[in-house]
Formats: sequence, C-alpha cells, structure tokens
Amino acid sequence: MALTENDLRRLARLARIRVEDNEVGTLLTQLSGILGLIDQLQAVDTRGIEPLSHALDLEQRLRPDEVTEVDRREQFQAVAPQVEAGLYLVPKVIE
Amino acid sequence: MDWEVVIGLETHAQLATHSKIFSGAATAFGAAPNAQACAVDLALPGVLPVMNRTAVEYAIRFGLAAQVVIAKRSIFARKNYFYPDLPKGYQISQYEIPVVSGGQIVVELEGLEIPVRLTRAHLEADAGKSLHEDFHGLSGIDLNRAGTPLLEIVSAPDMRSAAEAVAYARTLHNLVMWLDICDGNMQEGSFRCDANVSVRPKGQQAYGTRCEIKNLNSFRFMEKAIEFEIRRQIALIESGGNVVQETRLYDPDRDETRSMRSKEDAQDYRYFPDPDLLPLCIDAAWIERVRNALPELPDAMRRRFVSDFGLSPYDASVLTASFDQAQYFQALMHFVQGVAKLCANWVSGELSAALHRDGLEIRHSRITPQQLGGLLRRIQDGTLSGKMAREIFDALWSDGGEADTLIESKGLKQISDVSTLEKIVEALMAAHPGQVAEYRAGKEKVFGFFVGLAMKACGGRAMPFLKTGWLANEALPFLGHSCSPAGSF
Amino acid sequence: MNLVTTSLKQLAEALRKRQVSSRELAQAYLERIVRLDPTLGAFITTDHERTLRQADAADSRIASGTAGPLTGIPVAHKDIFCTQGWLTTCGSKMLSNFVSPYDAHVIEQFKAAGALILGKTNMDEFAMGSSNETSFYGTVKNPWDLTRVPGGSSGGSAAAVAARLAPAATATDTGGSIRQPAALCGISGIKPTYGLVSRYGMIAYASSLDQGGVVAPSAEDLGIVLNTMVGFDARDSTSIQRPPEDYTALLEQPLRGLRIGLPKEFFSGGVSADVERAIEAALQEYERLGATRVDISLPNTALSVPVYYVLAPAEASSNLSRFDGVRFGWRAPRYDDLADMYELSRAQGFGPEVKRRILTGTYVLSRGYYDAYYLQAQRVRRLIVNDFKSAFAQCDVIMGPSTPTVAFGFGEKTGDPVQMYLSDIFTISVNLAGLPGLSIPAGFGQGGLPVGLQLIGDYFSEARLLNLAHRYQQATDWHSRVPALASA
Repeated sequence: MALTENDLRRLARLARIRVEDNEVGTLLTQLSGILGLIDQLQAVDTRGIEPLSHALDLEQRLRPDEVTEVDRREQFQAVAPQVEAGLYLVPKVIE
Repeated sequence: MDWEVVIGLETHAQLATHSKIFSGAATAFGAAPNAQACAVDLALPGVLPVMNRTAVEYAIRFGLAAQVVIAKRSIFARKNYFYPDLPKGYQISQYEIPVVSGGQIVVELEGLEIPVRLTRAHLEADAGKSLHEDFHGLSGIDLNRAGTPLLEIVSAPDMRSAAEAVAYARTLHNLVMWLDICDGNMQEGSFRCDANVSVRPKGQQAYGTRCEIKNLNSFRFMEKAIEFEIRRQIALIESGGNVVQETRLYDPDRDETRSMRSKEDAQDYRYFPDPDLLPLCIDAAWIERVRNALPELPDAMRRRFVSDFGLSPYDASVLTASFDQAQYFQALMHFVQGVAKLCANWVSGELSAALHRDGLEIRHSRITPQQLGGLLRRIQDGTLSGKMAREIFDALWSDGGEADTLIESKGLKQISDVSTLEKIVEALMAAHPGQVAEYRAGKEKVFGFFVGLAMKACGGRAMPFLKTGWLANEALPFLGHSCSPAGSF
Repeated sequence: MNLVTTSLKQLAEALRKRQVSSRELAQAYLERIVRLDPTLGAFITTDHERTLRQADAADSRIASGTAGPLTGIPVAHKDIFCTQGWLTTCGSKMLSNFVSPYDAHVIEQFKAAGALILGKTNMDEFAMGSSNETSFYGTVKNPWDLTRVPGGSSGGSAAAVAARLAPAATATDTGGSIRQPAALCGISGIKPTYGLVSRYGMIAYASSLDQGGVVAPSAEDLGIVLNTMVGFDARDSTSIQRPPEDYTALLEQPLRGLRIGLPKEFFSGGVSADVERAIEAALQEYERLGATRVDISLPNTALSVPVYYVLAPAEASSNLSRFDGVRFGWRAPRYDDLADMYELSRAQGFGPEVKRRILTGTYVLSRGYYDAYYLQAQRVRRLIVNDFKSAFAQCDVIMGPSTPTVAFGFGEKTGDPVQMYLSDIFTISVNLAGLPGLSIPAGFGQGGLPVGLQLIGDYFSEARLLNLAHRYQQATDWHSRVPALASA
C-alpha cells in the first residue's frame, strides 16, 4: 500500500503530531516500509477465525462502588505545565 | 409541501454511583476544581481503569425496565480524539457490542400511547469541563466530572414532533429517577439530551439530512430548540438550499441553533477494543437478582391506579410522574381507604403547591402521608369542609401535629348535629321576621340571605349541611314554610 | 565483598548474617555506578541520599528481625515504572520533567519487601526499540563491547546487571524487551505469563502485550526477585488472581524425561552460524541432563512480526494520546493556539521511532483500514496462540535462540526500521500468546559476544522454566562470566 503525502498529513493531524516539510520524505519511506511489512497479513486466510484481543480468556473484574481516593490535587498539579485556581490552563478551547 | 419531522434522541444519564466508572474518586457535584480528579481520572502515565460494579448493575436495571436485550458479554472500546477535557485522549465507551440493545419506551402524550424504540444503551465515561472565563484568554480545565459513569441511551428516529421528543425525554427522565440510577438533575448536567432532527416530505421513505443539537439541558429549551431547528430546515429546503449534516448548539438567549465550529478533520474516532479492559460478562443469575429487586415500573403502576383505584388515566399519569410522588400516594392510600380521587386531588393539588412554594422534593415533604391521611379522613367523614381542611393543612405544614388534635384545638369541627343547626336557624328567623314573611310570599332571593346569616353564625362550620339543601328542604319547611325549589343553591 | 562474583542470593544471606549492612551494599553499588556508568549510560537517574536512607531503614528492619528475602538488597528499576518522588522519564523528552506523584504496583511490592531503589535505568523511548538507541537519554553501551548495542528496550537494566552495577533489575517485555537485551548482554531474564505482574504504574506501550519481569545474572536470582514482584493488583483489570507461588520451589528438580520442543521455524535460516552453534551445544547439555528433543512446528512464526507491528502501534497510538502537554510532561515553549500546542508539544516531546509507531497505529485504526489491518492482525494472533497450544501437547518446553544474531553495532539498523523489527522474530510470538519466556546465557558467538537461549513455557510455568534454567546453570558457568569492564 503506497502512502501518499496527503495520507501522511491526515495521519499526523489525527495523531496531533506536527510533521515539518523536511521530514515528509523520510517518514514516507519509512512508513511505506512498515506498511509493506504488515501487508503480509493480507495474504493469510483467516476465514472463520475470531479476532483475539487478549491471550488469556478472562472476564472483566468489577470493583465495589466505593470512594477510595482522596484529594491529591496539589501533588498532581505540581507536575503540570500551567495551572491556576486549581484548573489546568490551556489555550482557549473554541466550541 | 407537507413536511414530516423525524427526531431521535441521544440521552446521557449520569449514573448515581458514589465513585467513578473506572476509578475510586468521588462523583459528588460541586467540589473544588480537580479535587475529585484522581490519578486515573487525570490519565497519569501508567494508570489503569477498573470497572465499577454498580454502574453495570444500573445499566442492567435500566435494561430490564425498558425490556431490552442485556448482552451476556459486552466490550469496552476506545473512542480516540484530542480535547483538553478528555485526559486520556480517548473516551472509554462501548461501540460494537453495547451492554443493552433494543427495547422500547411507551410515551403518553395527550391521552395517546406512543411507543418509542430504543436502539441501544451503553456505558461510558464522562469528560471533564472547560471553563472559558477569567483566565486571561485561556481556558481552565476541571476534571472532576471526568470518569463519571454515563449511560448513553439512544432512541430510534421514532418521534415526529418536538412535543413527542419532549414527552419521550420526560418519560425517560422519570424512568431513570424511578429506577434510582440517576438523580435527574438537569441543571447539574446529570441528564443531558442531544436531538437528531431532520425533515422529509410527507410520504417519503428516505430520511432527510439530520442535524444534531447538543446539550439541551431543560425540557423547555429542548422543545424550543427542536422547533427552531424544524423551522430552519424547512425554510432552508423551501428556499432551494440543502441541510448540511452538522452539530448545532442551541442558544437560549437568542432562541436559535447555530453551527458549532465544524470539527477540522472529518471525525475518525479510530474505535478499537480497550486492551486495558476485559469483556464485561453478565450472567443470568445477576440479571435475575436485579430483576427481583426492581420496583414496579411507572407504566404498570399507572395502569394499576386506573384499574384498582378507579382513577382517571390522567390522574394516574400525573401521580406516576415521579417515583417519590407515586410512593407518597400509595402510602397515603394506606391511611384513607376508598377515596382515591380525593387523595389524588390533594397530592397533585394542595401538597404539590405547598412543595413547590417551599422548593421541596416530595420525599422531604413537611406533611407525611400519615398526617395527610388523618386530615383526609376528616373530609371523608364530613367533619371538615374543604376550606377547613385547607386551614388544617396549612397548620400541619407549618407546625406539624395531627389533624384531629388541630381540629379540636381550633374548634373547627363541623356542626353535624341537626338540632344545633335548627336552633341557630330558629333564632335567625325570629330575629328577621320581615325577611321570613318575604320568603313565605315566594321571594326566593331571601333564601340566600338566610344561608349567609346561618353560615356566619356557624363560623363556616356547617357548610355542607347548608349547601346540600338541608336548609331549604328540612329546616325552613320544618319551621312552617311551604316547600320551595332548592335548586337555587 | 566482591560484587562481581556474589549472587543476589549470597548478598541476601550476607545481609541476614550481618556480614554486610545494606548501607555498605548500597554504597558499594553506587560507587560502581559512579565509576562505570559514565561509560555505559545504563542509568538515567540515581539518588544516593534517597537510596542510602532506604538502606538505613532496611538495616533497622534487619536488626529488628522482620526482614524478608529482599530486605536491604538494591534493585535497579527500568525508568518505565512510576516511582514516587523520582524522575520517571520512560526514556523520553516528553517526560523529562515528570517526577511521579505515585508508585507503580511493582515499586510498592519492592518497597514493602524492604528492597532499595538503586536508580532508574535507561531504556528505549516508551519501550519502543530493540537497541536502546531511541532513548532521549542517549544510547546504552553493551558491556561486552562498547561499540555494540545492549539490546532493548530494557537495555539499561540488562547492561547494568551485566556490568554488575546492580544485582538485579526490573524490566518490561512487549515484544522481547527483556529476553533480547538479556541475551545480548549475557545475563538471565524472565518475562512472566501476561497478567502475573501488575501493569499499574508501568507506563503503557501496548497494553495487551506489556509485561513486567526481571533481569539478573542467574535463574535462581530471577526466582527470588520474582517472588516479590509477582502479585495480584486490583487496580489492573488484567492482573491475575492466583494463590502466591514460590518461584524458587522447583529449582532443584531433576530434568529426567523433559521433552524439549524445537520449532523448525526457529532453526531454519535467518539464524547466524555462531548463534546456532551455541544453541546446539546448549541443547546437547540438556540432553546430558536427561532431556529429549521433539521436533515441532510453529507455522505462523514469520507472521508474528507483522501482527505485532499492527497491534502494538495501534495500542500505542492510543496509549500515548495522554501526552498532550496539558496535565504533565513536555509542553512546547511557544504555540499559537490549542491545536498548535498539541502538535508542537508532541512533535518536540516524542522521538522519531515513537512518532513512526504512533503514525502506524493511527493508520491501522483509521476508517477504512481497521478491518484489513487491526482485525486481521487479531485473527492471525489467534492462529499464533493456537500454534503454541498444539506445540505444548507435544512437549514441556520450547527452546531456541533468543535472537538471530549476537549484539549488533550502533547505527547498523537505525536507518531501516523494518530490519530492526525483524530482529525480534523469536521473541514476539511469546508476547502475542501471553506465555512466559526466559533467556539465559548459553555461550559466546562472534566477537566474544553472548548468545541467549530462549525457553518458552506453557501458561504459569515460571517455576518450571526457572528450574530448567537453574539446572543448566549448575552444569555450566556461562551465567557467571562477566565482561572485562565489570572486573576493572
């Protein structure tokens, strides 16, 4: 599957990773190589085979509905880039 | 051209659990910003989700009430998108296999029963909130709400008017509160609706292009927003335009919907099964346990009120508009037998008005069903007139106590002893010989004059006697008057 | 005390007998790190004061008679485990300022056991790499040859143990990240059955494949450390609830009657001659110990690499979305708006390999490709699991080389990601199946570089795998060979 520059730009936008113009060439080559590798899967006959998400066939464990956490805002916000009045600050969110 | 409106609703009901769906942080409303956002809610590196059992149980409860199919095995998926109020960069939701699917809700509107089919209901985690004011042009992010369990209930596009949509939303709202799985507080965002609205020429099979109106946080706004949107779409098409599929926001101040800034990239949420969570398995025994603990549902109760108590469908539906009110009514019926209509009137009349006036929920009513029952018994046995009963009601409301004690202490007992009344009337007639003579001469108006005097003399305590024609048919003739039509009363 | 020749088990005995204090031990290791690590680059963070404080606490615990087997033992931790109060970088610029406000379950287990945190070890960025060349904190050198890679992603842990800068180190393995560096550095490393070691606080790469484990010189030491590390954790939905097990209990069991399955796909081409020779010698040693060979087949082995490079990047692309510069981690110093802040913070905070995998993962999950790539990969994953199930009907353990070659040189494979990916061909399928795998030193190949023998067991057979490794290590001395640098 050949990856176009448009595809790459779309992926980069979805993944929120800025790709500079001078990175496009190398990235296209490398990603196309990776896609070539994973394209081997297309040849495998998997009719009737159920997809497998986890190796071990287990069920979700459920926890009791109990409040176990305390307010640790100060510690958590100590590692935050920008906070004020207990809020995380980001450039204006436009609805 | 005649247009048909097609509406489907997506409703997010916050489940009333103590802790979040995937973490042990509290869900209480109104905490200081981010004070209830734990490591898991903040999506710190390395943290993992663990599912809240009660959230699942609430979904089962809803499922049973709406006669849906409960999946024995359902899957949690990640819906990937970037937004500052979404700490993980994905929302944990259910995609291909939701916990419940199918089912229907019967909606009552103007005496008609309208079935609205449900497509599915699934569990998911709520996002946080972005606050846009007061941060020098920046937005502030509060993640207290992040991870609150939501049940997203998706209806089929079965509604054909804004009124039907609102009736459906109200029914659903009542149901989730009835089941005690959601507190239903719309101001706090516990119950939020998005409406998918489209129009098509009457008779056309294919649906028109729909718009999604987001965050309708009151029934009134929902109705107005949908009505605006219908008008907008019809006007647009009739003027040769096309409806564009988009998300719109209702602005109550201007009573209009407007397009939300279109998402810059075509939505591609890249759903895939969340590898941090395993399949959610619900066995038959669990479903049975929940079923056995389920309260009687509003629909069934409404029918029972009609058949067992002889209430009108209207009264039955008013009483079952909320679980607490229905419970109150049923409790009241234990204390006064056989006068369901009287009870219904008092619950939906005086009591409702008093609660409304004081801003109280019925479960916090200042008058218990037992107290009210005591009062209504005295109406039932003729001790109290309606006016007296209201007076006692007000006293009970403000000071508590029991109806019988208050009746005694206030001397409000109805005069039910005929000889006492006769004496009063006799004295009145003796005092007003002229009017007696006029009455006897056939001047019927004078009768009213006597009723007025008699009521005054009894302090209002003989109203039913006086009104029921006793004065005309029994008292006055007894006093030597030839019968006169009592119809004037 | 000679730290180069003393095993963890012996150190524990010496502590218990009060022949050495935990403080002395910690100081001695820290001194080795100060002396040798500038050459190796195995550690990202050490904190002498903190470690010594823990040592003092351990010494009082030993004095009070409440010590456990690991009390007072310094253990290095891969910098993927969140460690409260410690810089926890995951080898990335993205977390270069992240002092963790909480402990991973694994760290809690070691703390409760009274083990010391000796430091945080270098690793491929977000565990994505097979050579430790993707770390923001620089490459780690292979102690056997400083021009060669130590393997990855747990390259720092493996190199630290190989150079005896730590008696043991934690590590993680998503596609071979414990077994491959253990093999290339000439030490032992175990990846337990998926779900035995809690992933809580272990920064996620590919959640359905990630598993914590240990590297140490010998199988016996692995068992001792594993006893502390394994444990049910209610905060990890995939954590397995089983009765506690003593992973050293079976160590001495004889190997008579052992059936070793040899998958033909592990021996047909692709393996360099020196590695093949060393593995053959190891197998002969096992035969001398009473085992027999069984020819088996894992027909879908070659597909494990493409399956992995669909599933792991898909999970990673989503797992790494939380690094957005809002609540922690790197935020670009300059940006115009919200979208700009996201895109620049992530472009600056992530290195090239991480970006490649995020983009690959985004691609395979995106509309129109999900079925063809993601679902198809999950189906083939089931075929791979089924291969192992059939295999274990015929044998007790599967053996083969851990890697196709000995350690390669820096820069040899960085230009071509696919070549790098293919070097994990023998280890990846074990993660896809969630099975336990072990790599132990089995001699030397070209350039005097170590060769690793891989042992793959059925689910929950860790104690048995350690037994097989231990009996081999009693019969051979490959595991006690150390690079010249370590003795310097």
